[in-house]
Amino acid sequence: MLDYFKGPVQGLQDFTTLAGQAIGNIWRRPHYWDDILIQMDTIGVGSLTIAVFTGFFSGIVMALQMGRALGQYGQTERTGEVVSIILVRELGPVLTALMIAGRNSSGMASELGSMKVTEQIDAMRALGIDPIQKLVTPRMIATAIMLPCLTVIADFIGMVGGYVVSALVYHLRAHQYWTTTWQALEWSDVVQGLLKPFIFSFAVSLVGCYYGLNTTGGTQGVGKATTQAMVTASMWIFVLTAIITKIFVSST
Amino acid sequence: MPESMLRFENVTVRFDQLEALKDVSFELKEGETRIVMGAAGSGKTVLLKTAIGLDCASSGKISLFDQEIQGKAERDLFDLRQRVGVLFQEGALFDSMNVERNVGYPLLTRRDVKGSGKKAAKVDMAATHARIQEALDFVELGQTLKLMPAELSGGMRRRAAIARAVATKPPLLLYDSPTAGLDPITAYTIMALIIKERDVDNTTAMVVTYRYQDGNLVANFRYNPEDGQLVPDEKAAAKTIFMVLKEGRLIFEGVQEKLESSTDEYVKKFVKRD
Repeated sequence: MLDYFKGPVQGLQDFTTLAGQAIGNIWRRPHYWDDILIQMDTIGVGSLTIAVFTGFFSGIVMALQMGRALGQYGQTERTGEVVSIILVRELGPVLTALMIAGRNSSGMASELGSMKVTEQIDAMRALGIDPIQKLVTPRMIATAIMLPCLTVIADFIGMVGGYVVSALVYHLRAHQYWTTTWQALEWSDVVQGLLKPFIFSFAVSLVGCYYGLNTTGGTQGVGKATTQAMVTASMWIFVLTAIITKIFVSST
Repeated sequence: MPESMLRFENVTVRFDQLEALKDVSFELKEGETRIVMGAAGSGKTVLLKTAIGLDCASSGKISLFDQEIQGKAERDLFDLRQRVGVLFQEGALFDSMNVERNVGYPLLTRRDVKGSGKKAAKVDMAATHARIQEALDFVELGQTLKLMPAELSGGMRRRAAIARAVATKPPLLLYDSPTAGLDPITAYTIMALIIKERDVDNTTAMVVTYRYQDGNLVANFRYNPEDGQLVPDEKAAAKTIFMVLKEGRLIFEGVQEKLESSTDEYVKKFVKRD
């Protein structure tokens, strides 16, 4: 029975150690600024299309569904309000993080996993370089900066998508849509909408790096690590959003 | 009296239930070359990795440059590791960097203050570039600076990795199966480079291999700087110590003559008398 829990407990301990070291490295020299910028480009700029696409179509779908539902109560003009609240509070952060996890957690796991099985990580250690400082911390910092930025873009594009539907399908005027959209948002929504992607970013980057650095078993192991990273990061995003939402719901 | 470069005292390395090294003891002295032979899975690579703390010993004592390494934190080993050049089995060049950056990597990331974690305050780029070129010329890859590792053949990758290992002119070099998977001509070229490095820079080395021919070359030849070829040398044998590992246990240690006269059936399998 105890052996059954040994693996997961060991895994959790290793993950916590990795997270602690990666975060601790923020205040420790040397800092690999060029790696941070490269990762910001890969994670942020590289994921821009996917974030815009996700935001736009989730805004469209939301406006279509909410517009019809609100129409039953004669409240179609409040479509923008509902779209903005749901996008900023929940769907924007979660969907963007899920897409970024799909693209980047798996990417980090496969990149680091390949380096692990070809002994490049060992070579780095042998050259006197800390792989966590060189590989994990820059990815963590880059994701923590870029995921909130991508979420803001996805939120705004989602609102634009909602407006397209509101104008074309429900014939709302631009002023009517954007005024309700803007006025519906409170500071707590903005805080929640930025805090979530910031916290998700650690799950996305650290889970990807953890599975990459613990890859065993050659190329087959790299494939397994890639899948595990994406699945685990996605699950963590759902768990974390539930916890953060509960905290905000209780406090407001 | 030659200085001790690496010392194993009753070292055991355990991975879960598997004992990869069992009670291994030896001492590598300055100027020596040790040839470590053994079948696949006998613990040769683990021995090399344990020597610089990449794998941890479960028991026993390891001293690198007369400093005990077991129990030290990873960060505390970085300065010691920078005095060791390592050639990994497949070269382990960084895929994302070209040959120039790969070879220059240990030069650019060198620390100047022991244990401080600080990179060298000022890197002389001209000197660094000259050293990169020198290291690549040494392995006869001077024209490949801008190529990516994926564009190199297996032998060229191994040579570029040797250039990276020797770039900082470390006093100790560890080679993990430098000729594995290479054709005989390329394998000879690689071994010739290892002998050249030993004779030109007077380095101490440990060569892991399953090919007796590799050890035979090291023990009987020297590099001739006049024509760049290997020539027979009777003195090399005394400084070349053979070690044979069997299932993690060191079952033989001695010079080539002793190895060839061994009556152990396992040892005899590695010694080919052509």
